[in-house]
Amino acid sequence: MGSACRRLLVRCNVLTSNISKLEPVATLPDERGHFGQFGGRFVSETLMAPLQELTEAYEQAKLDPAFEAEMQSDRRDYVGRPSPIYHAQRLSAEMGGAQILLKREDLNHTGAHKINNTIGQALLAKRMGKTRIIAETGAGQHGVASATVAARLGIDCVVYMGAVDVQRQAINVFRMKLLGATVIPVTSGSKTLKDALNEAMRDWVANVDDTFYIIGTVAGPHPYPQLVRDFNAIVGREARKQMLDRYGKLPDALVACVGGGSNAIGLFHPFLDDKDVALYGVEAAGKGLSSGQHAASLCAGKPGVLHGNRTYLLTDDDGQITETHSISAGLDYPGVGPEHAWLHETGRATYVGIDDQQALAAFHKLSRCEGIIPALESAHAIAYGMQLARELRKDQNVLINLSGRGDKDVHTVATLEGIGL
Amino acid sequence: MSSRIDQRLAEMQASNRCALIAFMTGGDPAPELTVPAMHAMVAAGADIIELGMPFSDPMADGPVIQRSSERALAKGMNLKQTLACLAEFRRTDNYTPVVLMGYLNPIEHMGMQSFAEQAQAAGADGVLLVDCPVEELDTSGEVLSKHGLQQIFLIAPTTSSARLSEICAHGQGFLYYVSLKGITGAGSLATDEVAASLRSLRTQAKVPLAVGFGIKSAEQAAALANDADAVVVGSALVERLATATNAAELNAAAAEILAPLRVAVDDTRRNFAA
Repeated sequence: MGSACRRLLVRCNVLTSNISKLEPVATLPDERGHFGQFGGRFVSETLMAPLQELTEAYEQAKLDPAFEAEMQSDRRDYVGRPSPIYHAQRLSAEMGGAQILLKREDLNHTGAHKINNTIGQALLAKRMGKTRIIAETGAGQHGVASATVAARLGIDCVVYMGAVDVQRQAINVFRMKLLGATVIPVTSGSKTLKDALNEAMRDWVANVDDTFYIIGTVAGPHPYPQLVRDFNAIVGREARKQMLDRYGKLPDALVACVGGGSNAIGLFHPFLDDKDVALYGVEAAGKGLSSGQHAASLCAGKPGVLHGNRTYLLTDDDGQITETHSISAGLDYPGVGPEHAWLHETGRATYVGIDDQQALAAFHKLSRCEGIIPALESAHAIAYGMQLARELRKDQNVLINLSGRGDKDVHTVATLEGIGL
Repeated sequence: MSSRIDQRLAEMQASNRCALIAFMTGGDPAPELTVPAMHAMVAAGADIIELGMPFSDPMADGPVIQRSSERALAKGMNLKQTLACLAEFRRTDNYTPVVLMGYLNPIEHMGMQSFAEQAQAAGADGVLLVDCPVEELDTSGEVLSKHGLQQIFLIAPTTSSARLSEICAHGQGFLYYVSLKGITGAGSLATDEVAASLRSLRTQAKVPLAVGFGIKSAEQAAALANDADAVVVGSALVERLATATNAAELNAAAAEILAPLRVAVDDTRRNFAA
């Protein structure tokens, strides 16, 4: 662990001692989408009405048993839920501490947790009578998950993707095309995820009448952070029940990687009021937090406003958003969901950094030790979970969200290691 | 003392003229050409200047203004320098109102209080925060008001009637009606519909009405000049200014875009009066 992270841990442990004083937290956001000072709806006037329309449609859907029933059958028959919890016994034995448990989101249809959100938003789009879906994507996982549900519902799908990412993630681009989606490379700004999000917003502003914008993470203007969290919270609800059924107790710690933070909030949220369960969000420290080349907005950023919400951001001295770096395209984002910003500031969750090399080592470790190739994003969580397990007793449990599988990353890893495929 | 914006729009109204508001991005085509470009716009007929504070992620702007922000930032422009340009402009023009337009993040990074002080000292008259709807204004509104900065708000075709009254209650200087669903500089404009919307907005508004987003031609400006107190031109101007490399070229560029609009809105009002 780098010294910056150690300092951060010390700081966050001090904050953790305040948790007992906190109000119950699972009721946020408030009516206007605020998590404390974070979240909100910072968009141009043209988007205010469609966001309100979406909020109302979602509130109505939540009250409709038919909507929940459709979600449930889709989760079971299309996604393959519930996903199991797997006890990584060899890895646990090797660490010599707490038992390492994996929530197997990698086994979902399309290979990651992203589908939990897209099936929910697509059903909402259908309810609202929208005939066109748009999405932004970084690594392409959310784009694929959006194209997948659009194909299934027979709705047109347009995916905005940074031109740099289109180059880096050619296989996912082709997957989206196979699924019938149109992929539009974005050439403005840094030509990556944040610019794809800008462009998708611009499309939405101009086409709100027939278009539904499926945001892929727990960021963006209200109600998106809440919407995406609720659709992903199936992960935490299942995990909580599975732990109680099998072990008769809750885990001692939850660990999940955080880019925008959708898989982490999905796991964390149903545990927020379980004060004895420690929550660890793992950010991408890239080439090191002191290198300036990372994507750790909570570990190294400060509060600001981007993409419709107030949250922690990585910026320069003038408040301009800076380019980020991570080995994992899915964590390569200069902001983070507002609920994470709030959990960070209240100390309910602890955020740490894992760098490229540590993530890569964990990628190999899990592959060789358990026969599971994790996504590079999830490998960040594995790396920190391994460290944490060493510090805990053998009768304690660390539950790590294995948010996606690593098939999509084999080319990246091979290239990094100088292996031609 | 009434503000420069109020004063200028009152003068225009008194002489039955529609004002022309010209937008440019601070630092584009180059930081050192910002002040000459502002003077060029005034010389070419602009009554009010909107000075864009460049941002790396201008979500509400179309490609033309995005690229102009990117060019400005690439040349090292920042918020402090944008305010410095305004201060320099004020040394020779203490009359033309200037509205600072931009996104929240660079301003909050500087600190709202500090920004308000510096903007006032530089000679700004109003602030338009594109990504800060009236609901999120919080204490910022007071801070800006305390420093004599009027808050300009956008109104969109989709704005609900409840929000409309809220915005009308807060809006100062002028209300900026967004003439199309979409981003700046986009699409084609249904000027008849826009004019009808302006007439309906007029019944609630306490301040003059400006209209913008997608106004490119003299015909469009003319079609709106009777129902709007001011017409805003942005992308078309920014695109033309971008090709200039010195003060003379800036004057020519500004004149090429603004002069026909000036004539068009003035003729419309004269004909209407006659």
